[in-house]
Amino acid sequence: MKLKKLYPWYFSSGAIILYMLFIVIPALVGIYYSFTDWNSYSSVKNFIGLENYKEIFVGDEVYLKYIKNTFVFTIFTSIAKTVLGLFIAILLVSGVKAAGFHRMVIFSPQVLSFLIVGLVFKSLLDPNYGFLNNTLHALGLDFLAKSWLGSLTWAMPSVMAVDTWKGMGYIMVLFVAGLLAVPKDYYEAAEIDGAGFFQKLFRITLPLLMPTITIATVLNITYGMRVFDIIYVLTNGGPGYATDVINTAVYSAFAKGYWGMGSALSSVLFVIMAIVSVFIIRIMTRNEVER
Amino acid sequence: MRMKKILLKTSLNLIAWILSFIVLIPFVVVIINSFKTDAEVNVLTLKLPEKWIFENYSVVFEKGNLAISFFNSTLYAVVSSFLLVVVVAFSAFVLARNTTKLNRFIYYFLVLGITLPLNYIPLMSVMKGLHLINSQFGIILLYTAMGIPISLFITYAFVNNIPKELDEAAVMDGCNAFSLFFRVIMPLLKPILVTVFVLNFMNVWNEFTAPLYLLNDVDKWPVTLAVYNFFGQFSAQWNLVSANIVLTSIPVLIVFLLAQKHIVGGLTSGSIKG
Repeated sequence: MKLKKLYPWYFSSGAIILYMLFIVIPALVGIYYSFTDWNSYSSVKNFIGLENYKEIFVGDEVYLKYIKNTFVFTIFTSIAKTVLGLFIAILLVSGVKAAGFHRMVIFSPQVLSFLIVGLVFKSLLDPNYGFLNNTLHALGLDFLAKSWLGSLTWAMPSVMAVDTWKGMGYIMVLFVAGLLAVPKDYYEAAEIDGAGFFQKLFRITLPLLMPTITIATVLNITYGMRVFDIIYVLTNGGPGYATDVINTAVYSAFAKGYWGMGSALSSVLFVIMAIVSVFIIRIMTRNEVER
Repeated sequence: MRMKKILLKTSLNLIAWILSFIVLIPFVVVIINSFKTDAEVNVLTLKLPEKWIFENYSVVFEKGNLAISFFNSTLYAVVSSFLLVVVVAFSAFVLARNTTKLNRFIYYFLVLGITLPLNYIPLMSVMKGLHLINSQFGIILLYTAMGIPISLFITYAFVNNIPKELDEAAVMDGCNAFSLFFRVIMPLLKPILVTVFVLNFMNVWNEFTAPLYLLNDVDKWPVTLAVYNFFGQFSAQWNLVSANIVLTSIPVLIVFLLAQKHIVGGLTSGSIKG
């Protein structure tokens, strides 16, 4: 049988062309732009070599702050979503009533846009009329009321909490699927041997959930590093630069007309993610490689 | 012992309800406040409105430019998802079946897009060069391209589960590449293609960044940009903003309720193998 005839190469050309045009070529063009001073104030692009990168890594400290914030956001939201997602999943498969209802409710923020979630929490967290501070005042806990999104200390934790609120349901669903795939007799055998809750958790559940934990981590990292919408809507990077991440900084560079600089910042993220991707794709396609 | 078990069960149920409550309460606050007057909404509480102002919704629908943006979002989501399904089905079929070195490379190269970030500034100039900037057709193609990596990933795995003997049998019966694909493979791929369609529909409906960079004309804006712009104009009137939030979330919540199985199944596919 002639494979070439049965599986013609041009069947895959549509995907390749679109992918090249909209994803690959822009990334390469962006690396070229990152070596220029392209901006909205002059009609010529000058080649300036590594100047933009010099500015990012040794020039203005604020750029390193963007990169640091991106990592802080990624690390903390990844851990929070994984731990909470796993906790809720274990809770929901342990025989609580109306588990299906709880699962649907906790998953539901996932289907809303970041814009909507951002606006909802912008209202809830407002220092003056917001629901959270009102409730705290009503409970007599005035000392806890804060300018959640406006304070240098609390803005980043608040943004990360909102993001976790939205994203933990997805991770929970992954873990529920993983937990349901664990054979029941493992636990029965362990119980006969007198294993307690924690022994079962650490000796059976977690080891068998490793593939799910890996995928969840991969998803959380790729999402966290590229985060934009939720921060843009909640704080737009403020106050000061407290919540500015790479992609919000790229957008402000774009809006201010510093297109060369914006491309350089975006390329830094691209390179970081390209390195991470090699590992990630290996993990995600591990089974296929073995086959 | 028995007492302890009952106590444990009760507290587990209680924790579950508290968690659901934490997730639900922001929605409830928004819904309640969407029916309040301007004056009453100055402070956001869980108190029911003194007078239910249903007009908030019609005000929002007119001033929020919602009719046209609903149409735009639906157009972008439906057309790009349809294109995506076609493009992905064809490529997943060939890449998974004919595993030459080159095809393996192409597959990994395309799947790499799951993690790579988009660079919007050069994307703008590329799209300008293609005469696709500030164009509805352009953003539809972009959304199709953005959906390719993850959709190909889940569809490829699905093709691998269709026995190759089917192809051989079809060839015996005189099928060529097209009839094999349309008569045999496509029908078997239907469940995963529905999932791809639904997931992409929701992603596009919720997407905010691409139109922020690429669409200038108000009459091309999808719902997300229309809502954001509305918030910019009426940020002091949380009753109206809340009504807008409710209105624009309804379509995607309906899709979620109707296609829950596909969505959850699609999101978890590939996560528990190994």
